[in-house]
Amino acid sequence: MNRPIRNIAVACLVLFVALLLNINYVQFVQADSLNAKNGNKRVINEEFSRDRGAILVDGKPVAESVKASDEFKYQRRYPEDGLYAPLTGYFSYIFGRGGLENSQNRVLSGSDNRLFVNRVVDLVSNKKAKGGSVDLTIDPLAQKAAAEGLERLGKNTKGAVVALDPKTGAVLAMVSQPSYDPNLLASHDFTAVQKSWNSLTSDKDQPMINRGTQQTLPPGSTFKLVTAAAALENGVVDNIDDKIKAGALLKFPGIDYTLPNENGGNCGGDKITLERALNVSCNVAFGGLAGEIGQEKLAEQAAKFGFGTDPIDGIAANPSRFAAGDQTLEAPQLAQSGIGQFEVASTPLQMAMVAAGIANGGDVMKPYVVKTVRAPDLRVLDQTSPERLSQAMSGSNSAKLREMMISTVTNGTATSARIAGVDVGAKTGTAQSTPDRPPYAWFVSFAPAGNNPKVAVAVLVESSDTVRSEIAGGALAGPIARSVMEAVLGK
Amino acid sequence: MASVTTPAWVPRKRRGAEFALTVLAVFIGIAAYASVGLGVEGTIPADTYKLGAALIVVAIATHLIVRRVAPYADPVLLPLVIALNGLGLAMIYRLDLGRQQINPDRAAFANSQLVWTALGVVAFAGILILVRDHRRLQSLTYTFGFAAIALLILPLLPHFGRTINGARIWVNFGPFSFQPGEAAKVCLAIFFAGYLVVKRDALALAGRRVLGIDLPRGRDLGPILAGWLISVGILVFQRDLGSSLLFFGLFVVMLYVATERPGWLIVGAGLFGIGAYFGYLAFGHVRVRFDAWLDPFSDPDANGQIINGLFGLAHGGVLGKGLGQGSPQLTPFSFSDFIAVSMGEELGLTGLMAILLIYGLIAERGLRIALTCRDAFGKLLAAGLAFSFALQVFVVVGGVTRLIPLTGLTTPFMAQGGSSVVMNWAIIGLLLRISDQTRRPAPEISSFESDEETQVVKLS
Repeated sequence: MNRPIRNIAVACLVLFVALLLNINYVQFVQADSLNAKNGNKRVINEEFSRDRGAILVDGKPVAESVKASDEFKYQRRYPEDGLYAPLTGYFSYIFGRGGLENSQNRVLSGSDNRLFVNRVVDLVSNKKAKGGSVDLTIDPLAQKAAAEGLERLGKNTKGAVVALDPKTGAVLAMVSQPSYDPNLLASHDFTAVQKSWNSLTSDKDQPMINRGTQQTLPPGSTFKLVTAAAALENGVVDNIDDKIKAGALLKFPGIDYTLPNENGGNCGGDKITLERALNVSCNVAFGGLAGEIGQEKLAEQAAKFGFGTDPIDGIAANPSRFAAGDQTLEAPQLAQSGIGQFEVASTPLQMAMVAAGIANGGDVMKPYVVKTVRAPDLRVLDQTSPERLSQAMSGSNSAKLREMMISTVTNGTATSARIAGVDVGAKTGTAQSTPDRPPYAWFVSFAPAGNNPKVAVAVLVESSDTVRSEIAGGALAGPIARSVMEAVLGK
Repeated sequence: MASVTTPAWVPRKRRGAEFALTVLAVFIGIAAYASVGLGVEGTIPADTYKLGAALIVVAIATHLIVRRVAPYADPVLLPLVIALNGLGLAMIYRLDLGRQQINPDRAAFANSQLVWTALGVVAFAGILILVRDHRRLQSLTYTFGFAAIALLILPLLPHFGRTINGARIWVNFGPFSFQPGEAAKVCLAIFFAGYLVVKRDALALAGRRVLGIDLPRGRDLGPILAGWLISVGILVFQRDLGSSLLFFGLFVVMLYVATERPGWLIVGAGLFGIGAYFGYLAFGHVRVRFDAWLDPFSDPDANGQIINGLFGLAHGGVLGKGLGQGSPQLTPFSFSDFIAVSMGEELGLTGLMAILLIYGLIAERGLRIALTCRDAFGKLLAAGLAFSFALQVFVVVGGVTRLIPLTGLTTPFMAQGGSSVVMNWAIIGLLLRISDQTRRPAPEISSFESDEETQVVKLS
């Protein structure tokens, strides 16, 4: 009977080898993919029990972890409530992460490969792993000014402000209203979190959308900056004093459609200078220019400013567009596109990039919000260095455009952005949407105009309590842009 | 076997080696308990002394009993079992703490497990002391057979039986509930061994050659069919997949060992396949288990347990979270069926491999006892017990680690549950008894010397 027993022994060996191979497969080969699975409470619990790193603005946390007495040991806290929510996003047990909490999670949670040594040291010294911190480029005063500006328009205002440093692309302010309080989602009271989440996601005003980067709307007259840039770059107009066709109506031969000016009036003669056309935001003039430039070149110019790309890393953003898909525009559609209507749709971030590119001698810098990434011991792991996205226009042409924008502030539609002692360039926009809803008020500006620009701002007021007839980019959005610029300039 | 007068080899008792290994095993248990306290609460728990003392008492008691009544027994088995039992106790205590963190009303199991361990040691000692020669069990072959069937039927009786988690395999036993199936397994093994020792020649020699395989005669197929039907019967009435597989595997393998005919294995495998297919078609819960095995993530709500187990294993990774520092309590039944996964989470791949090696060594020592045993009954019994032990570990650990579909079986010596602990200690007692008989020098041989002409030496 010994032979069968030996065979049985071999069979048992096979069984145990199978068990050993299988646990090696599960615990070694499959471990990472299992840990990354949805609903893996162990990983979520562990993350919640960690001393997660802070997100800092000017050295002060806008997201931080404080000790908690419950089973998770730490509580995520957002000291500024909703002010920085479009950037920080949320950190929720049930609903996961959003914004920078999500994109910077590896550093914040301490699982980043660059923190490997820290983890080993923590392991050996029997300490709990700690997360690194993330420094933002935001100027807290500009951020506050932007938020207060939107709030002044009333509680029901929907809108966004994006301010950039034209020379680097650093985001100085990014505000979206209405916002939400990420503290509500970070709570350890999960039924309350569920309630908050339900009310936030069912809110028709979509408070969890970052209107600065995700909301694409017709930019209206602010897009005339792109049209003007294309005209200069392609030699359609050489100088800002060159006269171009204006008038009260733009007609298209053989087509039963005319493009009027904003209030149906004349722009100041049948022919006006390019500068004057921008100052008074003449639809007829820019619609005509768009026709002369042609769809291809106009689209190219828009792309150079960043249209069609996802311009920013780390936070959710939608690309802006010049035309829908590959469609070929009819003459009236091209004219409308030239004044920022028809299918043109842009985010406030995109329009801020346009203003920043013009202010920065034609160079569009890639926007970024993360300045430095640090290990728990404050050692710098990563520092974002400014990166040029494209050269949208030549230096001389950008200087011409700047001059036009400055005169738009001094004696055009953008007087609301005037700051004493500083050259400010700006452009207003009032974009029609559908007849049954109020137009969008836009404002883009930069200051100071010159070799050393400090700030470029785009303001979008999607809707507010203001009466419809009063809505205009200059009146609604201009003061907000001014207060943001003043905050950055320290005025 | 030429010279029966002068044994060529006198086995050493090796009780000293056993003692040294036992000290190591006790240390592992106490250290595990202390690290649970350090991991969960930051201090060495006051209970460490209680458990440490209990483990030391268990170790000394079992060691002394073996020294006294089975001095030639295998020296490795006992320390292996003490190490597993100690680790299991520490993990059950750890899971008590973890589960009560979630809900303070959850029952604590560590103390009752300690009581069951003590009862297991009593059973172990009882077998070693009462059964001085395992061959005497052979005369009770049919008694054990009837006892096994009675035990299996017990849970189906109206007043005693209880259905827990869909399986009707429990009986109320005062304040405790008991799984008679565990005891039935040992009774069946004794019954099979006794029966096969008598019938093996008929089974082995009378047969027909079909396709190059020696198949047994139709009328000899009766016992294996009966064994198979009993296991299917258990499956049908008690919804206990694991035990039916275990009993069937035990029977087929013992039949194979007794007859040395691989044909039995093929017949057995075929019948198992038919049974499994029938089970899959006929029973929803079999299908659910099978589908959960193929793709657990297709229905995360229904397959939460196996998914949680996999998450736990992955969470532990190669080195584990450390005792008390993982979250094994998140897995349902982490203290019983899934205790291997709990170990894998906190001790890691390395720890779980070590535990599997301990199990493997126990099976290996059991089979070695079967190999060296001189009498056919002991050989069969040891081989059956060792194989069913290995099969049980394979089915339960393979089930919770998703090597094979999940079936409900206990993890020997570690899982919370009294019947399992007691009966596994009893099995170890039986194996040590056989091993003692095997390794003991046979002095009585000399009495035949004067009557050499009439000597009958039965060679197994």
